[in-house]
Amino acid sequence: MTKPVPQARRTENYLQDLDYSVLQQCMHCGMCLPTCPTYMETGKEKNSPRGRIALMRAIADGELSVSRAFGDEMYYCLGCLACVTACPADVDYARLFEMARAETERQDVLNRPSRNLIRRLTLRGIFTRPRLLRAVGRLLYVYQAAGLEGLVRRSGLLRLLPKRLRELEPLTPRVCRTFSDGLIGEVEKPVERRYRVGLLTGCVQDLTFSDVNRDTVDVLLANGCEVITPRCQACCGSLHGHNGEWELAKVLARRNLDAFDLDGLDAVITNAAGCGSHLKHYDRLLAGDERYAQRARTWSNKVRDISEWLVEIGIRRPQVAATPLAVTYHEACHLCHGQGITRQPRDLLKAIPGLELRELKESTWCCGSAGIYNITQPAMSEKLRDRKVDHLRATEATVVASANPGCNIQISAGLVASKGRAMAVHHPVSLLAEAYRRETG
Amino acid sequence: MKDLIAQLERIVGQDQVLKEPEDLIPYGFDGTAVLKEPAMCVVFPADVNEVAAVVGVAASHGTPIVTRGSGTGLSGGSVPVRNGVVVCLLRLNRILEIDARNLTISAQCGVITKDIADEAAKAGLFYPPDPGSMKISTIGGNVAENSGGLRGLKYGVTRNYVMGLEAVLPSGEVCWFGNKCVKDVAGYSMKDLFIGSEGTLGIITRVLLRLLPKPASRRTLLASFSSMEAAAATVSAIIEARVIPCTLEFLDRVTVRCVEDYAGIGLPLEAEAILLMETDGHPAVVAEEAKQMTVIARENGATDVKVAADEQEGERLATARRAAFSALARMKPTTILEDATVPRSELTKMVRKIQEVGERYNLTIGTFGHMGDGNLHPTILTDEKDADEMDRVEKAMHEMFEYAIELGGTITGEHGVGLAKKPFLPRQFTESSYALMKSLKRTLDPDGLLNPGKIFD
Repeated sequence: MTKPVPQARRTENYLQDLDYSVLQQCMHCGMCLPTCPTYMETGKEKNSPRGRIALMRAIADGELSVSRAFGDEMYYCLGCLACVTACPADVDYARLFEMARAETERQDVLNRPSRNLIRRLTLRGIFTRPRLLRAVGRLLYVYQAAGLEGLVRRSGLLRLLPKRLRELEPLTPRVCRTFSDGLIGEVEKPVERRYRVGLLTGCVQDLTFSDVNRDTVDVLLANGCEVITPRCQACCGSLHGHNGEWELAKVLARRNLDAFDLDGLDAVITNAAGCGSHLKHYDRLLAGDERYAQRARTWSNKVRDISEWLVEIGIRRPQVAATPLAVTYHEACHLCHGQGITRQPRDLLKAIPGLELRELKESTWCCGSAGIYNITQPAMSEKLRDRKVDHLRATEATVVASANPGCNIQISAGLVASKGRAMAVHHPVSLLAEAYRRETG
Repeated sequence: MKDLIAQLERIVGQDQVLKEPEDLIPYGFDGTAVLKEPAMCVVFPADVNEVAAVVGVAASHGTPIVTRGSGTGLSGGSVPVRNGVVVCLLRLNRILEIDARNLTISAQCGVITKDIADEAAKAGLFYPPDPGSMKISTIGGNVAENSGGLRGLKYGVTRNYVMGLEAVLPSGEVCWFGNKCVKDVAGYSMKDLFIGSEGTLGIITRVLLRLLPKPASRRTLLASFSSMEAAAATVSAIIEARVIPCTLEFLDRVTVRCVEDYAGIGLPLEAEAILLMETDGHPAVVAEEAKQMTVIARENGATDVKVAADEQEGERLATARRAAFSALARMKPTTILEDATVPRSELTKMVRKIQEVGERYNLTIGTFGHMGDGNLHPTILTDEKDADEMDRVEKAMHEMFEYAIELGGTITGEHGVGLAKKPFLPRQFTESSYALMKSLKRTLDPDGLLNPGKIFD
């Protein structure tokens, strides 16, 4: 059924160059299947981790060429890494999946005008240029704040947009009035310093949740950490790494390494799960880079998710009267599966007096945000969003805590679309910051 | 071929037939190592009528059919045959009835095993068979393979819970065998013919299963040993003392390390072997049996016996144990799992033989298994690309099978024959019994339509 590629024509590619034992590590036992959101929706093996690995292996074996169908499948995968948590055999799916996407891009099999445009504008455009990103954010803010958005929506002008873009329009996140650099000083000192840490402000986080960055600084200060926040930071490159743009990911990683004085820092803090999962792998990304490999190793050792760091140094419990608040916790994939962090965010929440943590069914199931997945695969993304919202509503909590900007945008949109009782969505660190603020009145 | 596919598409709908290489490659294998074969197409019927129609069309073209559930089998039973149709039954996924007065559950074949157990538990009932892949395996697949699990010793295997089943025959006819009666001797026990038939006699589409009252209490113990033989001796002594716990699971040092690496639940890494023991039932009996097993383990040289704090901890241990096979894959690229089974009195001999064969052929073998029912899983950790080593693997396996048969055992306790053990099967039968089995196949499936080349040629 499959046409073998003749040996002579075989071009060296990422999957063929890869150490074959990484592919062989999958013994297709099927333990991953019940945890894979796409497989559980479609019931088709192609949409499962072991199915995708079988396709990658077929390419490595020269039994299949990198086709459009292969490329499409690699982008149908959410990259949620639930399979990595489930896999007893320790298959490095994260690496396989990034390679497969990178090879898909290298061979350019998904070449389509609209896709190319989106990728050029986003991955190669605004997400590599921090100043441009912020300028776009500024424009979007003015558009939203001046009420133009509502006007445009009512005017019917949106109907002029292509269908795909029209569907995406409601997902446009609210942009903050002031970005992180305006809210956070370059150096902020606590009353009594125990540690000195660097803060990554992120890109989406910076534009749409700069208040979360401020809250992160407040919580760090309250726990004796001096916070260094370099100005106008670059994107961490996670979007690029996960979307087959390895060279750009390396450029961005080097820029970040240059921005921080690592030797003077006890830790580098991130509050966005998707970024953290990628940041911790700078060592692997830059392993072949003579100038940066050593720095990248130090960096990977020092990167901490905010909840991970706080639990490590011991969270100071806010000294305030208990205020009852029912909170449920959605686990961002790249926190629980990507970084294995599940207990710490819960510990952080439980440190807040009066907070009742209500466990969420399928808390580790992807919400469908998955980087830019909700833009590239709207149908599957919406199914997963609705599945998530149903479970969230069933908890009857008033607040959803979640530690990734993409999830928070996705879940907020899902809650609005489902038209039930209002539920607020917050980063766990914001809830803790709020409690500290009540201390001082 | 195009004609056949068009006809199949008319039955199940165009989107329920897969035919592109990117769609088919992921269906080229099941949970068995090394075995791989491409299918011509994969069909997803929605109900028994569509299954029957698909069989009819395939028969008219003389095209073989391989039935598949979730593809977690461990003997290659659902590996496609060349130019054959794969019929995947995952869409027949409804639980039809739970009958609390007769203690039965009725379900379509594509229901996930764990969903059967969960549904039963909701009604305060218990479905005991718990194969390692129960979170994703289908009940139809379990019946077709007569799957075992961790509780075989006390509760038996899938066969002991099947009261009735519906099967589509190679002729396209639909048959039902069985009922809700505890006693039934009307005619041959036809359902038993289909249980464990590995998809070679009919396609099982619906099952009626027996349930038990949920045991009131359970307790899990973990015993460590400084030798494999001491663990085996403990198992024999427990059985001899007339104690039948629901689980007596054994893991050797290699397996313990891999499982601990994955699950991180604090297994004793310094032990040569551990036994995971569970007793369930009336609380007084459970307490008594737990005490007896502790004493027996100590008498037989256990270096430590721990009691799980609660049911959750017990469940965590059992779940970790179920991952043993896959966890062993951490060590080497290829993981070849066997399931030679011997009468329990012969366990110590078999364990010693596995060790000896592994050393002689210079192979890494991790052994774990359901020691309480004599069902061992020697797992050879190797690399399929190393021809020399694969040759030694073949020889070692052969010796282990021969020895198991010599001890009055079997080449497969619960995984089935499929493709993986086909060459070894004749050794276990007499000439006439082997011939009878084959003539039975020819009677039901004269054209060799269903899963040809599995079990025997």
